[in-house]
Amino acid sequence: MNDSYKKYVEDRAKRSPCFVNTLKALCVGGLICCVGKAITELYTFMGAELKNAQTLSTVTLVFIAGLLTGIGWFSAMGKFSGAGTLVPITGFANAIASPAIENKTEGLIYGTCAKMFVIAGPVIVFGTLASSLYGVIYYVVEKVM
Amino acid sequence: MNKIFAFDNVCINGFASVVGKTEKAGPLSYCFDMCEEDEYFGKDTWEEAESEMVHRCINILLNKTGRAPDSLNLICGGDLLNQCVASSFGVKEWGVPYLGLYGACSTFGEAMLVGGGMVSGGFAKNALGFASSHFCSAEKQYRFPLEYGGQRTPTAQNTVTGCGAVLLEKGQGKIMLKDGLVGRIVDAGITDVNNMGAAMAKAAADTLRRYFALSGKSPSDFDIIATGDLGREGYELCCELLGDAYEKIKDRYTDCGMMIFDMEGQDVHSGGSGCGCSASVTAGYFLPRLKKGELKRVLLVPTGALMNPTTVFQGQSIAGIAHAICFERQG
Repeated sequence: MNDSYKKYVEDRAKRSPCFVNTLKALCVGGLICCVGKAITELYTFMGAELKNAQTLSTVTLVFIAGLLTGIGWFSAMGKFSGAGTLVPITGFANAIASPAIENKTEGLIYGTCAKMFVIAGPVIVFGTLASSLYGVIYYVVEKVM
Repeated sequence: MNKIFAFDNVCINGFASVVGKTEKAGPLSYCFDMCEEDEYFGKDTWEEAESEMVHRCINILLNKTGRAPDSLNLICGGDLLNQCVASSFGVKEWGVPYLGLYGACSTFGEAMLVGGGMVSGGFAKNALGFASSHFCSAEKQYRFPLEYGGQRTPTAQNTVTGCGAVLLEKGQGKIMLKDGLVGRIVDAGITDVNNMGAAMAKAAADTLRRYFALSGKSPSDFDIIATGDLGREGYELCCELLGDAYEKIKDRYTDCGMMIFDMEGQDVHSGGSGCGCSASVTAGYFLPRLKKGELKRVLLVPTGALMNPTTVFQGQSIAGIAHAICFERQG
C-alpha cells in the first residue's frame, strides 16, 4: 500500500528542469573557468611563473566566492546556475564560508570553526582519500614501469 | 479515541498575526497585523528573531484586546526549533503559566485543542494559543545555510515566517471554537524531505474523512475547508486521496500554504509550510472574516510532518499528522 503510494508520489512529482539547468550550469561554469584562465594570464603577465600563476588564480577565485557568499550574492548565483557554481572551486569555497557565517552566532569555536566543514567535510575526506590512493598507484606504476 | 471534541462555550476573543517580508509580498499581506521587513526582527540571531516575532504577536493581541499579560491563565504554543525555544524564550518574561507544544507544522491545531480543552473543561478561564515558524531559523536547523548556493526541487516548500496567536475564553462571542478532532499519525512511507506535502497528504485526507464521519457535518456546512501547509503538491495529492468525497468539498477546499504566497509570481516552489503558516492565515484571514460575518464556518486542518534531520539521514520515513478545528460565527 505504502510502496505503491510512494511510487505514485515519485512519479507524479514535477522534475527540476534538467535541460535548462544543465545549460545554465554549462554557461556559468564555463564562464567561471574563463575568468580563472584570465586571472592566470594576468598573473603571468605580471611576471609570475605559470605554476604559481595557476595557484594564485585558484586562491583568487576562492577569495571572490567567499566574498560573494559574505555579501549574499552567491546563493542567488547558485540558485540560478546550480552545478555551474557548485562544481568549480567556487562551490567549495561557498560550502565552507556559508555555514561558517551562518553559525557565527554560536561563537568562534562551537559555531564558526566547528560548523564550517559541515557541508565540505565529506569533500575533504574523499578528496584526501582519492589523492592518497592516486599517490600509491602512481608510486607503484612508476616503480614497476 | 475516535471522538470529536465538542468545546463547551469557548469563544475567540482576540487574534493577532505577524509575518515576514516574503509573506508581505504575498496576496494576504493586507490582512496581517504586522509585516516585518527585517528578517532579524531587530535582533542578532535567527532564533532570537523568531522569539521576538512570538513576543510581538502576543503583545499585539494583548493591546488589541486591552489586556495585561497577568490576565492570561495559560499560554500554550510551539514552533519548529529544537526544544521549542522560540516559543519559551518569546513568552518567558511575562510569567504566565505556559505549556510548550510540538506537533511539527500542525502545532497551531494542537494549541487550539489543548487551549480549547483547558477552557472548555474549566481549568482555565482563558488560554492563549499560538504557533510560529521562521524561514531562516528553520532553514538553519533543517536544511542548508542561507548563503549556500544550492538548488531545490519543485516539490520543496518555503517555510513561512509568521506567527498567529488566538485568545480563547469561556463564554459567548462572535466567533466560537466549536469542535475539533485530534489527528492520528499516518506513515505513508515517504522519505523525501523535499516532498513534505506528500508525507502529510494521507494524514490530511484521513482526518477530513474521520471528521465528517464522526461529526455528522457535511462539507457544505463550511464556507472554507483549509489544510495547513500541504502546498500545491500535497493539496493535489490530498484531493486525489479523498476520492469520491473530493466532489463534495472541491469548491470550498483550499490550503493555507497556497494562500499565503503568490504561487505563480513568488519563487516558493510548492508553497508555504511551517507552524506559522496555518496560524498566521487563521489569525490574519479566517478569523477577521468570521468576525465580520463574511464567513459562517471554517474547518481548519493544520498538517504536520513528523521527523528531524537525524531521522531523515537515517533513512526513516516521514510520518504525517493532521488535526481538525471548527471555527463558527455566531449570530
